[in-house]
Amino acid sequence: MIETVNLTKKYGSFTALDSLNLKIEKGTVYGFVGHNGAGKSTTFSILATLLAPTSGTAFVNGYDVTKEPKKVRNHIGYMPDFFGVYDQFKTVEYLHFYGASYGIPKNERDLLIPQLLELVNLSHKEEEYVDVLSRGMKQRLCLARSLIHDPEVLILDEPASGLDPRARIEMREILKELKKMGKTLIISSHILPELAEMCDEIGVITNGKLVASGSVGTIQKQLQANKVIHVRLSSNLEEAISFLEDEPKVSAITRHDKNENTIIFSYTGTDEEQGQLLKKAILKDIQIVSFNEEETDLEDVFLEITKGVDFS
Amino acid sequence: MKSLLINPVLNKEIKLRFRSFKGFLGVFFYLFALGLIAIGFIIVNTVYTTASVFSPDQSRIMFIVLSFVQLALILFMTPGLTSGVVSGERERQTLNILLTTPQSSTSIILSKLFSSISYLLLMMISSLPLYSIVFLFGGVHPNLLLSTFLLYLVVMITIGSLGVLFSTLIRKTIIASITTYGVALFLTAGTGFLTIIIGEMFFYQNSATTVPYFTAMVNPFIILISSFEPYMVEEIQRRSGIGIPIVTSFYITYLLITILSLWISIKKLRPKMTANKGRA
Repeated sequence: MIETVNLTKKYGSFTALDSLNLKIEKGTVYGFVGHNGAGKSTTFSILATLLAPTSGTAFVNGYDVTKEPKKVRNHIGYMPDFFGVYDQFKTVEYLHFYGASYGIPKNERDLLIPQLLELVNLSHKEEEYVDVLSRGMKQRLCLARSLIHDPEVLILDEPASGLDPRARIEMREILKELKKMGKTLIISSHILPELAEMCDEIGVITNGKLVASGSVGTIQKQLQANKVIHVRLSSNLEEAISFLEDEPKVSAITRHDKNENTIIFSYTGTDEEQGQLLKKAILKDIQIVSFNEEETDLEDVFLEITKGVDFS
Repeated sequence: MKSLLINPVLNKEIKLRFRSFKGFLGVFFYLFALGLIAIGFIIVNTVYTTASVFSPDQSRIMFIVLSFVQLALILFMTPGLTSGVVSGERERQTLNILLTTPQSSTSIILSKLFSSISYLLLMMISSLPLYSIVFLFGGVHPNLLLSTFLLYLVVMITIGSLGVLFSTLIRKTIIASITTYGVALFLTAGTGFLTIIIGEMFFYQNSATTVPYFTAMVNPFIILISSFEPYMVEEIQRRSGIGIPIVTSFYITYLLITILSLWISIKKLRPKMTANKGRA
């Protein structure tokens, strides 16, 4: 559905994209994670046929962006990170304009536009001028605009940026709905935990290079070689610490700052070994109330992967 | 061709331009300026003269004055209306979205030009009642009015095309505007000045030269003068030894400028997607 082959973009001596190889299957929601200036928007601009690569190429639905940009445009819905709207248009006129731009006849647009406005929760604003809409509403309107021609692929560059928490939640719900509709989505976002919730796969890009790619679970597992475990006890903390100190795969045992009955430690064993450790502790009569692994979210994944990367 | 002329961008441009209050103000001040000059001319020629009569000769002079003022207004307004049509979209961050639609670059560029020209045409047509004053007093043949309006149309399209070109090539509207005004100024004041200076130099020595021919053939004011007083351009043409009338050369040159400007604009609107180095 989306494939980039050694995609490279250079601006003079600066390399914005360095041999990017991506493969995103149909119906996948792909989160594209990276710091500012990592190359996310450059990738999206090339996929949207707005920027020519220096070398390499990309395919959308099998169409080469460098050779068949017109065909690519018919198959993508693009939402840039920063965009403007025609303020003097009413919401419904705005969508009619883009619908007409895609060659959709008026009678079809008349049926389609109310559905799209309903999808993005803007039905009540259809007769409002675009300039009176809030930032979140404009974002949703832009998303509706990108769906007007029912594209198979949606390229969404920071769709939740600049939105308040409520607007973010609304945007996230709409994106989930699009996922249910079977669209292929490539989304970049700074709101990493939110991406984790709805993405099937993520790619981490730094300084124009893809440094990790795969399912959220796989990438998280890779990082979980060093798990952090929280154990809450009803009593005998010293006995528990002494027991853990004898375990070879346990390290960095500390007491919780706020909860004095909780111990935190690092563990490098497998899931099975972890189960054995818990069983052994119980058999030793250590009074365990709870035993849980600290959850790693996408934020941690990103920070771990990009540790030591020079962002300058 | 129909899809090039009747398309969403043209509809949008016309709707947005005519919907805004600025559009109304533009027409109002245009007619106000022209009307002030026409009425002022009549007052000066009737109230402050002993005869208190407005003769066909004076009517003809008024027509000439109105025509020059109208041409000056067109030359003043066209760069302002066209030099932001693409760069303005870029600055408002609406261009990228527009370029991801399947609309062709040709359709976008022509629509932008035609919508600007249609606004100028509205101004021009709305000024026709002022010209009716001239016909009331006589002294001007209707063909002269038609040829003058044809000249306006050609100037609008050519300067408009240059405005669209600079708007496409230059990212900032302000710089695109300055460049378009600069070119318009050169095509009028610049070439006018050169025609007079070079013409005087050579004609004084009674020698033949082609330079004034080339500077005159791009100057719309000289072409406008030639419709009232053809002697000057005939003399320039005679001394150049070139067989083609200056007016014909003017229309051919402006047509070529228009075609070239629009062609470059269409080619440069979207990036050439082909990777410029080795392919994987």
